[in-house]
Amino acid sequence: MTRPLFPPRSPPRGATCTLRTDRPVNQPRYDDKIVKMFLGATILWGAVGMLVGVIIALQIAYWPANLGLPWTTFGRLRPLHTNAVIFAFGGNVLFTGIYYSTQRLLKTRMWSDALSKLHFWGWQLIIVLAAVTLPLGLTQSKEYAELIWPIDVLITIVWVIFGANLFGTIAIRQVKHLYVAIWFYISFVITIAVLHIVNSLAIPATLLRSYPIYSGLTDGLVQWSYGHNAVGFFLTTPFLGLMYYFLPKAAERPVYSYRLSIIHFWGLVFLYIWAGPHHLLYSALPDWAQTVGMIFSIMLLAPSWGGMLNGLLTLKGAWERLRTDPVLKFMVVAISFYGMSTFEGPMMSIRSVNGLAHFTNWVIGHVHSGALGWVGMISFGMIYWLIPRLYQKELWNAKWATYHFWLATIGIVLYTLSMWMAGLMEGLQWRAIDQQTGLLQYPAFLDIVNRLMPYYWIRVVGGTLYLVGMVMLAINYVKTIRGPETAAAAVPSPAPAD
Amino acid sequence: MTNNGMEGPEQKAYEQLHRKLEGKGLLFILLTTVAISIGGLVEIVPMFTASYGPEVHAGVTPYTPLEVAGRDIYIREGCYLCHSQWIRPTRAEVLRYGEWTRAFEYRYDRPFLMGSRRMGPDLQRVGGKYPDGWHYEHMRDPRSTSPGSVMPPYAWLIDARVDPADVTASIRALKRTGIPYDLNEVSEVEASLQAQGAQVVTNLAGAGIESTWDTEIVALIAYLQRLGRDGSAVLSEDDASASSGAGEEGDR
Repeated sequence: MTRPLFPPRSPPRGATCTLRTDRPVNQPRYDDKIVKMFLGATILWGAVGMLVGVIIALQIAYWPANLGLPWTTFGRLRPLHTNAVIFAFGGNVLFTGIYYSTQRLLKTRMWSDALSKLHFWGWQLIIVLAAVTLPLGLTQSKEYAELIWPIDVLITIVWVIFGANLFGTIAIRQVKHLYVAIWFYISFVITIAVLHIVNSLAIPATLLRSYPIYSGLTDGLVQWSYGHNAVGFFLTTPFLGLMYYFLPKAAERPVYSYRLSIIHFWGLVFLYIWAGPHHLLYSALPDWAQTVGMIFSIMLLAPSWGGMLNGLLTLKGAWERLRTDPVLKFMVVAISFYGMSTFEGPMMSIRSVNGLAHFTNWVIGHVHSGALGWVGMISFGMIYWLIPRLYQKELWNAKWATYHFWLATIGIVLYTLSMWMAGLMEGLQWRAIDQQTGLLQYPAFLDIVNRLMPYYWIRVVGGTLYLVGMVMLAINYVKTIRGPETAAAAVPSPAPAD
Repeated sequence: MTNNGMEGPEQKAYEQLHRKLEGKGLLFILLTTVAISIGGLVEIVPMFTASYGPEVHAGVTPYTPLEVAGRDIYIREGCYLCHSQWIRPTRAEVLRYGEWTRAFEYRYDRPFLMGSRRMGPDLQRVGGKYPDGWHYEHMRDPRSTSPGSVMPPYAWLIDARVDPADVTASIRALKRTGIPYDLNEVSEVEASLQAQGAQVVTNLAGAGIESTWDTEIVALIAYLQRLGRDGSAVLSEDDASASSGAGEEGDR
């Protein structure tokens, strides 16, 4: 019998740890209040961001839903949707998980409660400012970096506060070695800081408007290095960090392979940055840059699937619990979608495939299989695991968690399938050449647009199902925390890093 | 608490090394920073060197103040979210939208507006494709010119005004990024806005539409009518000189 490539190890990594010997070890008192604050914000902004998503999906299927007002048109609400779901929902969910797990993994309270609070309120202020400025049409137009320069400055300050707090906590840790989740959090803090600053450099014209220091294709390349790596280092690596903490906790199994986690961590953080130019294939960007972007995008498949396998194989021996445990259901579907979208992404980065897919709904479908499937589902899994433990109360309605799971799953399937079909259809019709005449087979652009309508409606339905699930989570959360203490709850108090 | 699960004969050398690294927080942070910096540096830095930077072409001129104002409206309304300015070098794209986009055409684009999604058609060479009156009607009621369109109406552009002082602030900032403008004062910018706006107003009057030079719709029309024209002119000039060159060859 051959030895498996990545032999599982036992006892579980993270289940035991070496304490630092260079200072006396204290029994830490964790700051769970900040975790609860971030969790509440997550649920509020998640529902808002997804609602805006459903509205703009409806606006494409039914234009009168733009309402004839400047601040409710698609062009102004679309950035609001992306910013709300990425930075308001995604950001808060990450901070929830990071503040909870970091303290336990490092066996210490966060370095500074004041910085934690500044981080929380600063981040919420940024979100509120975004929700006001974007509908007013105050934008820098760079996708996922639309916020105007004064807010960009505020983001930088809040990010430094977060980074200082996290690195300070690492410095005062009572555990000698940094667990793999922490590696991913580090890459998150560093890379987002670099990307945000480099992409936002601009000369202000007024308080509300600025022009970037880069022009034309250089600006495009800087933006898409940002845009792609916002996906990489905001929506992927830190969520993998959450997976590495919360999945083994929920499954009560050790992480499958330490070796695999080393290889795929360094593979991901090194390779991801290079992949930006795949957003500019077939542009006037120098060919070598396009090709390098394509090659590195394809290589990304390996470390991405390394993470997926390490997640899925961690469940070895716990598969039967999938039938009953909604937390694991969410997590397994999340990891599966992570695997699917990280296969699809490299495929779409191949120049010839991109020639068909670019500018079409296929890209929208791809993004949402990652966002709804991976980011959303791993977040929901974590949240349902956290609520009873944080509040020491049993979930108000456990069945609703399972209903949420099914609504979300069906919603994603409707969303991604309809967008794949719509994307392929428009991509093929845009490029079809009549073999007899040598002219365009579908010269009327609007006819192609109107053929997509059934798919746009299916997307509205899929998105609505996903939103309904999110609202059920919100209700479940509110009912749970307002409900009575379930003393000596079935849920054990979370032991610090065990 | 001593067994950390990492020891044993199976452990590879790099795993032992990595285990040591995990004990050194600062080093870990530094190495991560190095790992994420290499790709960006290799790809982006060459864009600033002469050999890879955008080709300079005298035929491409900066946007006028009215076009800058129109471009800012285009950005404010999020037009780039549904319309690209990027024709790819394929037969179908060239047939549908015109000559494919060259790097030098983007020279004065700050920010770039290449777009990432085509809910509506590409606008790289929309300049001159339709009369000013068409754009006016299209913004007022997209379905009046394009039956079946899913674009929302932008009727508020008809009444909203462009503020010359605001445009001057934009011109000053753009000048600081390196775009060669010789306009400094609000009065100069206003004169330029008025002169170009009056031309659009005249064109609109020809279509029976009443408007004034300082409305947002006039600025947006000026911007849209400008799109791709410099590039097209340069490219057709290049074509002409190339074919005349070929002709000379043939004569010999």
